[in-house]
Amino acid sequence: MKWLGLIATAFTGILLLSATPYFPSFGDPNSPANAGVNGGVSVSQYYITETYTDTKVPNIVTAVLADYRGYDTMFETVVIFAAGVAIFAILRSFGGTTIPSHPTAIDTSVEGDHQRIIIGMTCKLIIPVIQLFALYVVAHGHHSPGGGFQGGVILGASFILMALAKELDTALARFSEKRYLALACVGIFIYSGFGLLCVALERNFLDYGILHRLMPATDEIMARSHSMLGVEVGVAFTVTAIMFAIYANLSSKGRLEQGF
Amino acid sequence: MEFIQNSVLPHFNYWVYVILMMIGLYAMITKKNLVKKLIGMTIFQTAIILFYVSIGVKTGSTIPILEHHAEEHGEAVTDTGGHHEEAPGEHESHDSIHAVDPDHFANPLPHVLMLTAIVVGVSTLGVALAISQSIYKDFGTLEEHEILEKIKQGGPGIDV
Repeated sequence: MKWLGLIATAFTGILLLSATPYFPSFGDPNSPANAGVNGGVSVSQYYITETYTDTKVPNIVTAVLADYRGYDTMFETVVIFAAGVAIFAILRSFGGTTIPSHPTAIDTSVEGDHQRIIIGMTCKLIIPVIQLFALYVVAHGHHSPGGGFQGGVILGASFILMALAKELDTALARFSEKRYLALACVGIFIYSGFGLLCVALERNFLDYGILHRLMPATDEIMARSHSMLGVEVGVAFTVTAIMFAIYANLSSKGRLEQGF
Repeated sequence: MEFIQNSVLPHFNYWVYVILMMIGLYAMITKKNLVKKLIGMTIFQTAIILFYVSIGVKTGSTIPILEHHAEEHGEAVTDTGGHHEEAPGEHESHDSIHAVDPDHFANPLPHVLMLTAIVVGVSTLGVALAISQSIYKDFGTLEEHEILEKIKQGGPGIDV
């Protein structure tokens, strides 16, 4: 079985490698992906040259993510939400079966006490900075590297750090199951709400330009920029909640009590 | 030596991604432990991400973020990326006031696609780990052949 697998893998690898001479070489600015085929303009060239006139967003990646490919991103967010719901459905148990509760393995010696103080103090100092940075990454995502996905993951990681360093209950006291499930739903609603608002104003779904009617002192182009920020906030909500939900359910076998 | 000069070096990104991908595929095919299979799947996924990002690279280009000055309006974008001396003649920006040369910025499209793929990959990995955890709860093992053995004996968790 092992040899069969090795032969199959080697065969596939050689097959793939034998095709590489026909690929454009590394860093080639004129490759089809970068410059289009037969002198035509590729979609990525259009994004680079026209993003700023279309949307006033300097970060091209965010503009493509939240505006040009808004549908795609919306359903990626839904996929993440669905993953969270799936984990809830698979693992979550509500303590109906009597599981012998493990005595939480906390070291009560003096040395263990010292270690807890060091870890606790470090977390106290570091978690607010992480969360502030996460909010910056979300809010500044259309001007500098960042965005909803990245900021959401960082924010989720700060709660996971809290659960890792202290106890899961400590993190759950601040970000309970009810709250994170609600937050995940709110994120999806914000994103699709922006889309439906455009439909209500007689435009296409997620065609943000028309939202300038609802935003004071903006034209159609700035409305796109502001709507992208709103959409990114929705993404960040969902990602934060689901990242923490995944950790909390996996680490406690779905009981959301102290793990192990 | 000549082979490496001509075939490997200009395409080394494809070599790296194929090798990584095959490591992941090998782990997925031959390893018996479900968690090891998942590690293989993640390596496979990383190889694909590397492949996508590497095809968006342009020599002498910078990250796809335009430099801008909020105070001015109109043609506020300045094109600072890259080290290209001569302006490519075929790119005529007749209708746009500010000329942004696409060759100065890396291809943004693979970045966008992979950005979402990474986060979705993490959440699918979470689902996979949750499923393996519930398999462990039912069968007491994560070894594939032991699970198959227990299924044949009509082991726990089988209600067919």
